[in-house]
Amino acid sequence: MEYKDYYKILGVDKGATQDEIKRSYRKLARKYHPDVSKEADAEVKFKEVGEAYEVLKDPEKREAYNQLGANWKAGQSGFQPPPDWEQNFDFGGGGYTQGNAQDYSSFFEDLFGGGGRGGAYYSSGGAGRGGFQAKGENVRARIMIDLEDAINGATKNITLQVPEVNEKGQVINKTRTLKVKIPKGIKEGQTIRLSKQGNPGMGGAEAGDLMLEVAFNPHRLYTVDGKDIYLNVPVAPWEATLGAKVDVPTPDGKKVGMKIPPDSQQGRKLRLKGKGLPGKQPGDFYVVLQIALPPSSNPKVKEYNEKMRDEINFNPRSYLF
Amino acid sequence: MNAKNISIVSGYILEEESAMTLAELCWTCQTPAETIIRMVDHGVISPLEGKSSRQWRFHRSALIRADKALRLRRDLGINLAGAALVLELLDEIDDLNGKLNQLMKSNL
Repeated sequence: MEYKDYYKILGVDKGATQDEIKRSYRKLARKYHPDVSKEADAEVKFKEVGEAYEVLKDPEKREAYNQLGANWKAGQSGFQPPPDWEQNFDFGGGGYTQGNAQDYSSFFEDLFGGGGRGGAYYSSGGAGRGGFQAKGENVRARIMIDLEDAINGATKNITLQVPEVNEKGQVINKTRTLKVKIPKGIKEGQTIRLSKQGNPGMGGAEAGDLMLEVAFNPHRLYTVDGKDIYLNVPVAPWEATLGAKVDVPTPDGKKVGMKIPPDSQQGRKLRLKGKGLPGKQPGDFYVVLQIALPPSSNPKVKEYNEKMRDEINFNPRSYLF
Repeated sequence: MNAKNISIVSGYILEEESAMTLAELCWTCQTPAETIIRMVDHGVISPLEGKSSRQWRFHRSALIRADKALRLRRDLGINLAGAALVLELLDEIDDLNGKLNQLMKSNL
């Protein structure tokens, strides 16, 4: 068992007052709340902070925890609480007082009891919902897909930690693997709803839904904005001035010849209608021109540019004055 | 891992499903109608159509927002007005981040 330094997790020292602990917890809870934070491991940190606060906010548990900590040396990887260590403490109503039981670590469970020891409650998503029948909780997760998956459709494996109550009433996490079909044309930030794949219902009611929020892996070439796809395409200055036909890759893996009109400025967008993300109203594909300069170390480039400077009357900054 | 666990499941794109009634929204969020009505009052979610709450129709994405607001309220101890503000600011940040990424990419 890994020892958890609850003081360090909350960023307070051992002598902190209860008010300091509360303030620090609130600040960190806001920072790491999975709905607010953009950090990848926000959910893990949020749970850790919640667990630390669960112990340190309660003077009795805090005292028990402090005694344990004195027996633990830094660098020690395995941690065993001394036998009968809790006989001096009565944890009354059991381990958890708030939150979902499945959120706590095994370190916490070994010290303060899990479902089987202390009569902790197992919440299927919050108290006060009442009734004998309750639909299972909706489970949300995030899934990273590639742009190609959204264009062509795909199936992806996802692994979920599912809390289950065993015959002893303990909450255990089970790993569940699902093969999920990615609907063609899904956009970043949209949600795939998998009906009845969430947590089981109570009293024979139906299971909750699994909500998979879709995010795209960054693509080497393309950027995506809603249903539109963008590609930066470098062009030589003469191609931009004189016009040209260049080969451009498209998101569906093909190649098209793209006509660049004469006098195309830097950043000009050329649209390929309907070549964005597929759908009832498919998005568009935009080629954004980026003018690339040949290096002046090449004597020819130098020569021609000097010639242009000397012979062409062009002031790009006339509007400034 | 048994065979049942790896059969392919397919779902729907939530945002593209048909609109839902107040009753459906309550059932999926497992929350009383009063809470949903208060969320509408505070602007956490807004119905697509319908003058009275009986006729309300919600976009499916309201479900995600309502769920988020409920979690924020439970975990951070803020009220629905606060949750509405948080969600609006988060939307704005997402929007700005999107624009920023676009700009950074085109200025490479």
